[in-house]
Amino acid sequence: MNNLVQVKNIKKNYGKNEAVKGISFNIKEDEILGLLGPNGSGKTTTIGMLLGLLKPTSGEIFINGQKLEGNRIEILEQINFISPYIELPKKLTVKQNLIVYGKLYKVDNIIERIEFLSEKLRLEELLNSITGELSSGQKNRVSLAKALINEPKVLLLDEPTASLDPEVGDFVRSFLEDYKKEKKISILLASHNMNEVTRLCKSILMMKDGIIIDEGNPEELINKHGRKNLEEVFLKLSRSKNELD
Amino acid sequence: MYGLFLRHFYLITRSFPRVLDLVYWPTIQITLWGFISNFFATHTTYYNNAVGVILTCAILYDFLFRTSIGFNMLFLEEIWSRNFTNLFIAPMKIGEILTSLVVTALIRALIGLIPAVLLTSPLFGISILDLGIFLFFLFLSLYLFGITLGILVSAGLLRYGPSFENIAWSTMFLLAPFGCIYYPIEILPEMFQKIAYLLPLVYIFEEARNILINQTVDIQNIYYAFMWNAVYFVLSIALFYYSFNVAKNKGTLINMGE
Repeated sequence: MNNLVQVKNIKKNYGKNEAVKGISFNIKEDEILGLLGPNGSGKTTTIGMLLGLLKPTSGEIFINGQKLEGNRIEILEQINFISPYIELPKKLTVKQNLIVYGKLYKVDNIIERIEFLSEKLRLEELLNSITGELSSGQKNRVSLAKALINEPKVLLLDEPTASLDPEVGDFVRSFLEDYKKEKKISILLASHNMNEVTRLCKSILMMKDGIIIDEGNPEELINKHGRKNLEEVFLKLSRSKNELD
Repeated sequence: MYGLFLRHFYLITRSFPRVLDLVYWPTIQITLWGFISNFFATHTTYYNNAVGVILTCAILYDFLFRTSIGFNMLFLEEIWSRNFTNLFIAPMKIGEILTSLVVTALIRALIGLIPAVLLTSPLFGISILDLGIFLFFLFLSLYLFGITLGILVSAGLLRYGPSFENIAWSTMFLLAPFGCIYYPIEILPEMFQKIAYLLPLVYIFEEARNILINQTVDIQNIYYAFMWNAVYFVLSIALFYYSFNVAKNKGTLINMGE
């Protein structure tokens, strides 16, 4: 299968602080790659570079075969992103928000697309509601609809189910699994929910202090480190010296 | 571009308090200056032949103020609603973002200005249309300068983040004394006059007074206003692009919504 995302030795320095110290990875078509690491490990910086919001100090990023540098607009048409730290305009209705983002992403049949996503994400009853008045779970599904409005080939998810109740969290995870299978998209999932990562990801990157300290599928990592589950692997790696040292 | 315009159009049309806010301040400002203008017109010789000079200048200044603040508000609105990152990961060129904000800022300014201008005739017997065809050039020049200030402040917000917000509110107040809005430039100390001549404002307001008081047109004033506008406008665009690149290096864009 094709690598839809290719990251080649990217580094990011903020002055003397090296936030990301030369990491490389690929995400295949129809793959969810988990990006794990403690706070400050460089996950958000890595996602920022993939979105073109941050300029790498060095290294290259290719999305769907196109180099990000110099093709930012063309690439942004093919990717999308959600994070609990980013919200949609609160005063607009759900439908207005989706129309606005449909226009910004130059979606051809916006109304059809909104109807499709509303049905899939159980938003039909909410379309005329004010976005700011929705519950966390409802807002999360609206953000997901916005993130899928342009039928992205690559989806970047930063803590997509943070602060959701187990039922809504499970709904979102099931939806992502089905959608990825159906559309053959690539997903990068940054999460601190180890059960979620174990369930969704076939491959995982463990980051710490700006480098990838380990990688593999969840089962491999659990066996390799002799732990019972991914959470224990995470704790071991977070607390230990870098594996590659 | 249309999408970003639509986002702000929905925002304005959905909220009566927002529309009220847009109309309220220009109306209050112009009503206040209308009475002051009437008082001066009957008690000073300078304004004897032009009752509407102060009021006309107040309307022009308010248009500039609303345009500039309107542009800043559009940008700040994205930061306050934590929608900033969504906007900058949408496939829009910087030029497209600026263009849609420029158009939306004009509409916002006009929503506030038109009712206020319509009030001046029945309340004070004054019509800003007395400036004739040159009114259009004066408005255009003020609009350009208002937008330029808006872009400069937005560049600051990109570069320094939300902490630059206070500057957004104070820019117009800093420049107002040098703009010679309500008084001729000769009132200013010589040093301040030198600074004032580097701004398009002084030419615009001098010309508005010239047309109303002397009933003549000095094309040179309009020319200088546009010349300085062009200089500052190009500089503001360059600074915005520079700030965008700095923000991409420093990470301001990704942290803006947090």
